[in-house]
Amino acid sequence: MSGIFAPGTPVRVRDDWPETRGPVHIRTPHYLRGKPGTVVRRLGTFPNPEDLAFARPAAERPLYHVAFAQDAVWPDGRSGDTLLVELYDHWLELDEHRQEPGP
Amino acid sequence: MTTLLETDGEKLLVALRTVLEAKGIATAQEIAERIAVTDAGSPAQGARMVARAWVDPAYRAQMLQDGAAAAEALGITMRGAPPLGVLENTPTLHNVVVCTLCSCYPRAVLGYPPFWFKSAAYRARAVRDPRGLLSEWGTVLAETVRVQVVDSTADYRWMVLPMRPAGTDGWSEEKLAGIVREGDMIGVTVPAAA
Amino acid sequence: MDSNEPRAHHDLGGVSKFLCEKVDIEPHALTDFDREVDALVSIVRMKRLMTVDELRRGIEAIPEETYHRLSYYRRWVRSLADNLIRKGLVTEAELQAALRRE
Repeated sequence: MSGIFAPGTPVRVRDDWPETRGPVHIRTPHYLRGKPGTVVRRLGTFPNPEDLAFARPAAERPLYHVAFAQDAVWPDGRSGDTLLVELYDHWLELDEHRQEPGP
Repeated sequence: MTTLLETDGEKLLVALRTVLEAKGIATAQEIAERIAVTDAGSPAQGARMVARAWVDPAYRAQMLQDGAAAAEALGITMRGAPPLGVLENTPTLHNVVVCTLCSCYPRAVLGYPPFWFKSAAYRARAVRDPRGLLSEWGTVLAETVRVQVVDSTADYRWMVLPMRPAGTDGWSEEKLAGIVREGDMIGVTVPAAA
Repeated sequence: MDSNEPRAHHDLGGVSKFLCEKVDIEPHALTDFDREVDALVSIVRMKRLMTVDELRRGIEAIPEETYHRLSYYRRWVRSLADNLIRKGLVTEAELQAALRRE
C-alpha cells in the first residue's frame, strides 16, 4: 500500500511485473523488484511517467530516494556498498518484518 | 508503420526535417539555434560549481540543498531544466551516477553525456560491480570507503561533488575548476592536483 | 539471476550478458547527425508536442536486436518519428513522400 514514508522507513519494492501484462513504461528497475531498502528522503511529487509515456492524464505522485545494500540486491553484491534509487510511492510497501519494535 | 521506422536514421532525419519545416514545427533556423545553445553547455559549468563549493562552505551547503539554485547563482540557466541533485563525496562515501534505463544526465550543468555513459556496458555494470567498472578508469577506492551507486530513474538529474584533492591549498577558484573533469562529476574518477 | 525475469530489454542494470564487456572510455565526438536529432527532439519537447517520457517509450518499443544495434541517436530519431506519427503531427504518407524525394 502506498503512502507517506518517513526517512529511515524500511520498505520493500513491490515484486510486480507489469511488463507481462501489456505495453508499459516503468521506471522501477527490474533488479529492485521485491528487494528490501530504506527510505532516505522524499524528493517531491511529480506526474507519473507511466502515464505520461502514453499521453494519458498523469497524477502527481510522491517520489522517494531509497537506499539498498548491494548484498541484498545481488547474489554477488559487495557487502558495505550501497545503491540509491528514485522510486515512486506506488512501488513501495512497508517492510513489516523490518519495522522498529514499538515502545 | 514498422517498415517506415526501420528506414536508415540519416534518411529518416532528412525526411522529418523536410516535413516539420513545411509545417512550421521546426525550422532550420530553430535547429541551428538550439544546437548552438546545447553546444554551449559543458562540464566547465559544473566544474565552476565544484570549485566554488570547495572554497565557500555556504555555497557548498546551498549546492547540496538546491542544486538548481546554486547553478543559477553562477549564471547557469536552469529554466526548464529538471531538478538537480548534488551528491557529496566524503572520506568514507564515494558516489557514482548511472542511468540504467536510458541516459538521464545533468545536461544543464555538464553538457552532452559522454559516449560511455550511454553504453550498455556502463549501464549494466555500474549498479552491480561499480568498483570493477571504476578500475577501467584506473580509479581504486579503499575498503573503508562506501561506494554508493545512484541510478537516475526519475525526475532528478544527479552530479557528484568530489572531494578537494590534497596539494591545492591557496589555489584560485579558476585553477581549482581547471582540475575538475567530467568523469569526476559522474564519479568514475577523482580529481588530482597534478 | 536474470534469465527467468520478464525484464524489458532496455532495463539493463546488472544484466549478465554485459558484465564482461569493457567500457569504451574514449571520448567520441558527436556527429552533425547526433546534434541535429538532439536539437529536433528538444524543439518538439519545448513546444510541448512530445514529452521525454513518450520519447523513452518509443525507444523502449524498438525490438531488442535493433535496440542494441542502433546508435544512441538513431534510436532517438526512430522514436521521434514513431511519436509524431502516433500523434498525427506527421503522416506516414508525408514521410514516405519526403523519403522518395531524397
